This record gives sequence, C-alpha cells and structure tokens, in this order.
Amino acid sequence: MQVSTRFPPLLALLVTLGIPWSRPVAAQEPARSAQDAAPEPAATGATETRIGFIYRPESAPSSYDAEAAPEDEGVAGARMAIKDNNTTGRFTKQTYALDEIALDGTKDGTTAAVEAARDLVGRGLKFLVLALPADAVLAVADAVKGEGVTVFNVAAPDDRLRGADCRANVFHVIPSRAMQTDALAQFFTLMRWRKMFLITGPQDGDRLYAEAFKNSARKFNLKITAEKPWTFGPLAKARGDTPTRSEAMVFTRGVDYDLAIVADEANDWGDYVPFRTVDPRPVAGTQGLIATTWHPTLETWGAAQAQNRFRRQAGRLMRPLDYQAWAAVRSVGEAATQKKTADPAVLAPYFADPAFSLPAYKGVSLTYRPWDHQLRQPVIVVQPKAMVSVAPEQGFTHQRTPLDTLGIDLPETVCKFP
Amino acid sequence: MSRGFRANVSGSVAALALLAAATLAGTGSARAYTVYVTNEKGNSVSVIDTETFAVTGTWKVGRRPRGVTTSKDGKELFVCASDDDRIDVLDTATGKVVRSLRSGPDPEQFILGPDGKLLYVANEDDSQVTVIDVEKNKVMAEVPVGVEPEGMGLSPDGKVLVNTSETTNMAHFIDTTTFQVIDNVLVDARPRFAEFTADGKFLWVSAEVGGTVSVIDVAARRVVKKITFKIPSVNDEAIQPVGIRITKDGAKAFVALGPANRIAVIDAKTYAVEKYLPVGQRVWQLAFTPDQKLLFSTNGSSNDISVVDVAAEKVVKSIPVGLLPWGVAVSPN
Repeated sequence: MQVSTRFPPLLALLVTLGIPWSRPVAAQEPARSAQDAAPEPAATGATETRIGFIYRPESAPSSYDAEAAPEDEGVAGARMAIKDNNTTGRFTKQTYALDEIALDGTKDGTTAAVEAARDLVGRGLKFLVLALPADAVLAVADAVKGEGVTVFNVAAPDDRLRGADCRANVFHVIPSRAMQTDALAQFFTLMRWRKMFLITGPQDGDRLYAEAFKNSARKFNLKITAEKPWTFGPLAKARGDTPTRSEAMVFTRGVDYDLAIVADEANDWGDYVPFRTVDPRPVAGTQGLIATTWHPTLETWGAAQAQNRFRRQAGRLMRPLDYQAWAAVRSVGEAATQKKTADPAVLAPYFADPAFSLPAYKGVSLTYRPWDHQLRQPVIVVQPKAMVSVAPEQGFTHQRTPLDTLGIDLPETVCKFP
Repeated sequence: MSRGFRANVSGSVAALALLAAATLAGTGSARAYTVYVTNEKGNSVSVIDTETFAVTGTWKVGRRPRGVTTSKDGKELFVCASDDDRIDVLDTATGKVVRSLRSGPDPEQFILGPDGKLLYVANEDDSQVTVIDVEKNKVMAEVPVGVEPEGMGLSPDGKVLVNTSETTNMAHFIDTTTFQVIDNVLVDARPRFAEFTADGKFLWVSAEVGGTVSVIDVAARRVVKKITFKIPSVNDEAIQPVGIRITKDGAKAFVALGPANRIAVIDAKTYAVEKYLPVGQRVWQLAFTPDQKLLFSTNGSSNDISVVDVAAEKVVKSIPVGLLPWGVAVSPN
C-alpha cells in the first residue's frame, strides 16, 4: 500500500548505505561555527516530515521588563529540535521542516488556532505542536479528529486535558499541574515541612493550581493550615518605588505554617511574597521554589550541551517552554528513528507504545502514559538561582516506575480513550 | 613528577607501599604506573602513583577537562579542555601544559591512533569528529556525525573508528583512511562509550539512558547481544552504563554504571553479568593499568576514584581527587 511505496525500507538503507560526507580540510581553516555545521543537502529519495507549530507570541513588553518572555519562546526550541532531527536524519534519510504559525491576536484565540491548524492539515501536515491554552488545544484536537494528525500540547498544564477532556490524538509534553504540585509535595515530605499556607490568586489558572496543590497535600499527607485569597493586585509588577500596601504586609500575620504556597500562574504577585511574610518562612508554588521542566542551572545528564546549543542558535537562555517544544518535535524524530520510517500512520500509535522512549536530558528515558498520553518525566525543583532537587524523590516508589508517583496514576484517571 | 617522587622515597612511604602491596595480595603488582584523572569542575588533573596510591600532584589545565589519554611513550598527556575548545598537551615530567591542539569546538572524548600520530576527537557541541595530526597540530579531516558525539573506539588495527552520538543514538563507523562514514548502527538511548574487543571482532557500546550495553558484530555491523543489568535495591533508572573496559584475553568486561554506584563484572564470552562491585558515586570512566592488574574508576559525585583488583574482582581502595572527576588514563610505563 501507500506506506511501502512512498517510504523506502529504511532498515536496509541503514545497513547498506555509506554516507560520504566527510571532507578533508586545509590546515589553516578555522573551526567551523556550529551554525553551518548541521544542514546537509537532502539526499535524493529522502522523505520530508513537516511539523506545524502554532503559538501566540507574547505582546511586546513595556520599555523595560527584565523578565519579559522572548517573542520566539517555545518556537526556538522547536527549531533546535528540527535541526537535531535533521542531523540524525542524515543517517536515516529523513528530513524535517517546521511550519510556524504565529497567531496575531486580532481574532479570538481559539478560532484563530483552529483556522491555523486546518490550514496546516490542509497542506498535508500530520504533526502539530501547540503552545496554546487548554481551550484552543481541545478545539484544534477536535477539528483535526479523524485526519490522522497527532497533536502535541506543550503549554497547557490543565489536568482536565489529561482527564475528563482527554483526546486520543493529543500528547502532553508539559507536566500537568498535578505533576508539578506532586513534585513539590514530595520534596516538602522529604524535608518534613508539613504545614502549608496556601495563597491563591484571582485567575482561573491560580484556582486550578491551588486545587492541584490541595490534592497533592492529601496524597502526600501535608497539612494546609491556612488558606487565603490574594486580593492586593499585581504587586510583583509594581515598580520598586510604589508605596507598599500595608494590608499586604500584614496579610500573613497570625498564621501557623512552615511554608507559604503561592498560586499565581501569571506571575503577577507571587514574587512579592518572599521576604515580606511576617514570620520568616520560605515561599514555594508558582514562584519561589518551583517545579518545572528546565532551568538555566540544569547541566547534568548532558543538559549543558543542550543549553549551549540552544544559546548559540537562539541567542538567549533556554526556557521551559522551549524545552517542551523541543521534546515534542524530538518525539517525532525519535519515533521515526526507532520505527525506521517517518510514516505518520506508523508513528501515531507508536508514541503511546511502551517501546517508545525519548532521551531528553533528564537521566532517564521519557515515555508517554498510555492512559492519558501525558509524558512521564522527572520534574526539577528549583529556586531562582539554583536547582534544589529532582522529583520523584528517593523513597517514593511505584510498582511500574517511580515516575508514576507524579501526577494522575492509572487507577485514578478519568480519561477514557475510545 | 611521580618518578622524582619515587627516587626520593622515604621510609614511611616505602612502608605505605609495602602495605599497599600487601592489600593487593595475589596481584603481585610489581610495576608502578601513573594514573591521570581529569577533574571536570576543578580544571585540573590529579596525578596518582599506583605503588603508593598517593596523589603526587595536581596539574592545572584548561576549563572543563574531560577526555584524557597519554602519548604512546608516556611522555605527553593529552587533555580535552572542553570549554576552551582545545586539547592541552602536558609534559608528564613537569606537569606543565607545553602546547595546545586545535581540536574544534567542545572536545569531549578522543582516541589516539595505534601509531600515536593521529588523534580522533569527538566535538560534542558540533556534531562532528575532528581528526588531528598531533605532531603538526593540523586538522586532517572533519567528519559530520550525529547529535552530541561522545564515545570513541578504534579497532585494534586502527582501520575502523567508531563514534557514538548521544542524541542520535547511533554508533557511526568511520573508515580511517578515507575519513568517510561507512555505516551506522542504531543502539539504545544516549550511547556514551565504545570499546572494541582485543580481537577486533566485537564492539561494545554503552547506552546511559537506555541502561544497556550493545555488543555489535563488527563485520556484520549489527547488534548481536544487548546486556541488561538488575541490581537489588537499586532503581532500574539509576543503572546508567558509561565506561567499558575489556581485558586483553577477552575474558572479562567491566562496565561503570553511573548513579548505581557500581561496576558490573561481565563474562565477556557468555555476556553473563557475574557481579557488581560497589564504588564511589556516579561512576563514569574506567582505565586499566597496562598489565591489567588494576582498574581505576572516576566517581564524579563523591570526588574520588576507586581502585579495583582485577584478578580478585574486588575494590581495594578509594582515593580522593579534585572536583567532579571525569576521565582517567594510565601511563604506558
């Protein structure tokens, strides 16, 4: 059928092909820069895999914002993965290209995302990477259902996407909120910090993060001794000379706790809390000590190489969203290498196969959970300037893999794939 | 340096040496060699005498030293200074860097050709292998390989070079006369090290994240055996094979298992894992003494090296070195 005619038997190619790419160089030639090292002309007969990337760039920051998200956040990681896929592809006769669509924000986000996805699928693309909110991910997944398209969610941590609203054609690279809060809760357990003061912001994501944290607290036997909403506005974004509101300063008075947990996914006020609590207490959650996928101080497990490669290519430090986009695009490349074909019909069911594994600078191979398509992964616990720990922590065991102590496990899942 | 040290050997050191010899009962370790350990975060090389097991010197080198090897006559030491994009050449008599080789960016591991003239270097950040004429300090070829090249193995006749690429997950076979990639064999995730058997028939490749060692039939260029490891009370995820050394008689193989903090001893004929030797933390690279009586391992997280009595299959000593020991080489004489 189609598969065998369009794609040459790559196993045979791998075994028999000599690849004439070395070239002697003159003694004086300086070392080539990495930029021109990778691309080689596509070999004849190579199959090209196009991967779509849909994202909405952050709107331009104010004239001075030290922490502004770069315009190419996420997509820069996808570009690096395409390059990595192509370097490997030279030996497997596979080539990869990225079709990027940046939504401009003039339309409703979900509608624009669906239009972009339809456009890409109309052009024959079978892999879509979405750096979009949960509603847009769901809308795109439903719009391309039945088209043989695999969707990778790299930005929406919502547990419902892995639960009641799960979709068979969606794979989640970003750890769910449950995985993030489980990672923190495991670390607190290890440290014997039991009493938590939960402060929740006004936005939907904040509420969901707080819910996830409460579940983790139950799971790991931590006590939430106090809970308060944050009602003082985006004080972390206020300028240093803005008068501090006194009620925010005394907000933490009279509470018995070991640790303040802030739920502020928009980064509006969480960074205001550390060093402003009445009692001297550490802060964790969405700010302070956080659980994430990537950090500038991560250098073990070969991460230093990825950090350097990214910095050379993008001209800035790699961020978690860049890493997640990289892992999504590399999932396609890795599956194609392992299956020795880039045929989407072969790859789509393979991502959830236990045989699939993605090495991704975390010291272990990463796999997708078959019951909800969440990428199983260690989660790093970091403070702004240093790595603190890696979850799963020592001592948290599971009959399958310690990685399944993070997030929603098979017996608890409410996801049902058809 | 170590030579001078031994010439002025004092009574107490002689006694120590006797004691060390006594602990190595049965090995009859008559010869003294010098062990060189690169300290990745210490930007230094620790020098150790195999007779006394004492650190006799700490030599300053370029930044992020990893791969290390000696010249065939032992007079020079080559060190990959990864962050300085060069290979430092040290005079082993003085411990000083006498010159640096143009290695291409981010050299990580390398292997010296059998005649000692060519150095084959894996450029980890640049997806290529650089071939350097050591004498002339001249780049002879650059061979594009997969993403994050690391492991370097050379067939005993020097004709086939193998490089492993950590993110592409392949062993690339390179013809050393044409500098062409002649074949690629897919192995498990994150291949770190490649070692030929002394007869040149088999190539062993470790996969750090895959947790396996693939044995490749060199003529057929296919994986004929995948060795797996199981250690009671150690998570499978912590078993991360890196360094491999196989005895010249082809009887035993030693594989460093990273954060499992053990070296596996393997029957190299049947591929049966016979035992696990407990060593320091995060054990990566291994090196034999030329007489193969001793084996040294670098334990990155505990900042020490372990000494294994090869015949007894026992760890006899651990020696503190610098910060984050990475590579190890032993003088040929």
